[in-house]
Amino acid sequence: MLINLALAYPELLLAVSALVLLVAGAFNPKATRVIGLFAVLALVGAAAISAFGPHGVAFSGSLKADAAAGYAGVAIYLASAAAIPLGGNWFARKGASAFEFPVLILLAALGMGMMVSAGDLIALYIGIELQSLALYVLAAMYRDDLRASEAGLKYFVLGALSSGMLLYGSSLIYGFAGSTRFEDISAAVHQGAHTGVLFGLIFLMCGLAFKVSAAPFHMWTPDVYEGAPTPVVGFFAGAPKLAAMVLFARVLYECFPGAIAQWRQILIILALASIAVGAFAGLNQNNLKRLWAYSSIANVGYAILGLAAGNAEGVHAMLVFMVLYIVDVTGFFACLTALSRQGKAMETIEDMAGLFKEQPGIALAMTAFSLSALGLPPFSGFFAKYFVFKAAISLGDPILTGAAIAGLVGSVVAAFYYLRLLRSMWFEAPISATDKPPVDAKAIAVGAALFTLPVVLLALHLIDTQASLAAAAFGLK
Amino acid sequence: MLGILSLITYAPLIGVAVILALRFVGKADDPKTVDAAKWIALITTLATLILSVVLTARFDQANPGFQFVESLPWFAGLHYAMAVDGISVLFVLLTAFLMPICILASWKSIETRVLEYLIAFLILETLVIGVFCAMDLVLFYTFFEFGLVPMFLIIGIWGGKRRVYAAFKFFLYTLLGSVLMLAAILAMISVAHTSSIPELMTYKFAPGLQTWLWLAFFASFAVKMPMWPVHTWLPDAHVEAPTAGSVILAGILLKMGGYGFLRFSLPMFPEASAIFTPLVFALSAIAIVYTSLVAFRQTDIKKLIAYSSVAHMGFVTMGIFSGNAVGVQGAIFQMLSHGVISGALFLCVGVVYDRMHTREIAFYGGLVNRMPWYAAVFMLFTMGNVGLPGTSGFVGEIMTMTGAYHASTWTALVAATGVIFSAVYALSLYRRTVFGEMTNPALVAITDLDMREIIIFTPLILSTLYLGLQPGVVFQITQASVDHLVSAYHAFSGA
Repeated sequence: MLINLALAYPELLLAVSALVLLVAGAFNPKATRVIGLFAVLALVGAAAISAFGPHGVAFSGSLKADAAAGYAGVAIYLASAAAIPLGGNWFARKGASAFEFPVLILLAALGMGMMVSAGDLIALYIGIELQSLALYVLAAMYRDDLRASEAGLKYFVLGALSSGMLLYGSSLIYGFAGSTRFEDISAAVHQGAHTGVLFGLIFLMCGLAFKVSAAPFHMWTPDVYEGAPTPVVGFFAGAPKLAAMVLFARVLYECFPGAIAQWRQILIILALASIAVGAFAGLNQNNLKRLWAYSSIANVGYAILGLAAGNAEGVHAMLVFMVLYIVDVTGFFACLTALSRQGKAMETIEDMAGLFKEQPGIALAMTAFSLSALGLPPFSGFFAKYFVFKAAISLGDPILTGAAIAGLVGSVVAAFYYLRLLRSMWFEAPISATDKPPVDAKAIAVGAALFTLPVVLLALHLIDTQASLAAAAFGLK
Repeated sequence: MLGILSLITYAPLIGVAVILALRFVGKADDPKTVDAAKWIALITTLATLILSVVLTARFDQANPGFQFVESLPWFAGLHYAMAVDGISVLFVLLTAFLMPICILASWKSIETRVLEYLIAFLILETLVIGVFCAMDLVLFYTFFEFGLVPMFLIIGIWGGKRRVYAAFKFFLYTLLGSVLMLAAILAMISVAHTSSIPELMTYKFAPGLQTWLWLAFFASFAVKMPMWPVHTWLPDAHVEAPTAGSVILAGILLKMGGYGFLRFSLPMFPEASAIFTPLVFALSAIAIVYTSLVAFRQTDIKKLIAYSSVAHMGFVTMGIFSGNAVGVQGAIFQMLSHGVISGALFLCVGVVYDRMHTREIAFYGGLVNRMPWYAAVFMLFTMGNVGLPGTSGFVGEIMTMTGAYHASTWTALVAATGVIFSAVYALSLYRRTVFGEMTNPALVAITDLDMREIIIFTPLILSTLYLGLQPGVVFQITQASVDHLVSAYHAFSGA
């Protein structure tokens, strides 16, 4: 069978760049900036190829370059590109500059690229592992910091557990369906496969729920977010979640469209548990990184709710949601990266007291991200939730409608902790002067904030159409 | 195409842009910058007022439909659609009318972070006008919901001692109501496949669905109105908000609830409205009597007026759900009149609060000896609040009660006792603060109204009297749309 390499150009570009830059770095360890620059170029190039490249299936069906892969690829590669200057300069300021950082981001992006275009269980697993291993190292990369090492270790151990579940689930599915290809599995399920396949599916879903940090598989998130370097958290709270969600959609819609009644109930429980945990557990958090971990758990719950709709509208909602969410979370962690007092990072809600006086630009940006995460119009987060809830409600299914209303009420509970942050920034007097924020972090924060409010109102039309095309690629009605 | 409505809606944002530019050029605390910003805000709001007057003048009173229609495709089948009819046009005018007064009222009393304060008010003006003009459900929700943020900041930053508590309570209460409305909006769009308000007004939802949708919208508007028993956020918010914040809150933000009932509940869910009318009547009657009694026992002037607002809003909900032209006309009139009178009353409180920094009723007494002009102004608005014939307050009350009398005699009867109670608390407030001997030595040096305050009160006095003596000017504008609304309501609800 003829292999069409053109379909894999984005992945190939990233793989080759990562290897070349790694060798280059080994010879010139000081050339971090140049390596970072090339890594950014490679990612932007990969994004461009994803956007305009050809569509098709390659490698006997294990790689699917379709509209969904293209849509997610663009978002993932651009978010990864933003992480390189943000994180690279952070490490440089800490005196821990390392050329491996951009290379690891490239490898993670490559893994995510494979995830979103996976067409069989092998590609699924390789993509997830490639991405995860790079992220484990990134989390622990700031070796002088005890918390970062701890975060990396926790992430690794729990991640290995979830990989085990994924692998076990995959092997069950392979054993009972007789193939690793999504089409064949789908056909087997359609013909009435053994219950063992469903067992496999449940293990697979648990593994994926872990990767997107949906409750009750969320325990690692707050600890890892708190410990890992702030810009790295900004990276792995965004793009990898989109990749895992798209993979989630691929598994459910391409392998198991016949078992929708089975997996929908699991998704609804995952979604409601995540929304509830994210809303209630966040109430008592003072550390903003932990707080945002809970916020991200809740938000993933909303994305899963979209997925639970089980139709093209639901996938579309999830795709729009995750892309808008990536901008939010990247921007928020860029704000946290930018803020410090006498060299000490500002991480708690109390630290933000009077921020509006000290850093009006960043305070406004953080306000925008908070209100967006809360889902208040006209910020981008509202439109994200709009699509999700509309997908859930328009189905007319009473359980799903009830779940959507519970989700909406959950967002009111979560509003309390976003308001606490606003209160600290706006209502209280500043403690002491903040340091001058680094240009790169501030630029990314302000850029993301501008996207969150005015730009999104115009960009929605584009995102909406692209996500519709991507959702159509799943072949649903 | 964009037109005058978008211009009016976004005109305040031009002022925001200029103030922001000032902020970047000059220093934020420089008195010159602050003065310039105040003038910019005043000029912007006055320009918006002039545009609104032009809008009202060009409004075709004979046309019951929507006018000045603007519509641009947005995304996913939604539209950026704006229009006004006889019901909403006057609310646009009311908003534009009260805003310059708010800016003037804050001229001296706000001393910290003035630029941000002005920006918050201007943004709020844009959002409120947007609420009254939006003709797309999602666009409406956007304006409606985002209005929480500037008000949250106004209460939380420039408010009194318990401002944080009040700001949180205000935000969370209203948000909870609104998210239920959002669920209903999504269900409506899914069922009707359109988000256009004029189209939805003629769409017939299944009766079972109507009930749920009505309840969800009711949750939001009842909190906003506010109706008993979800009114408790209002006294807190009013007491803690700065004077101009209270004026906006009582004068305009509460009207969004009544407007919502008229725009959504009655025309879109007529059958459900007919079913739930007894509930609304009961809640309105309780609100009128109970909150009037509560108002009587208050020791804080602002809280007293806040409770009286709840009582007056009871007349509005009663009038709206009476479902006849007199009641609905009266409700709209009552909202406009209350916007002016309660705004003026909060300004009256602001006058003495600026001088003495307390709102305790017991602190005052005998003000007439030192502040004759103030006493006269306060008297007029107290009478307006009581509903004395000749003031605008009378017209709204008598019409809503007439309307309710046709629909439910008992409700009208109970509401009529509320009129007496309102006289009790309002007159006793007036007696305790203005009349009597001046026993408190701290009050001896208190000064009467100055030029700025007289300028603020003049338009309010004139409009209270004008609306009271010539209520027909309002009815000419609202008549066609209200008749249309009421006849459609009866046709659908079978009432």
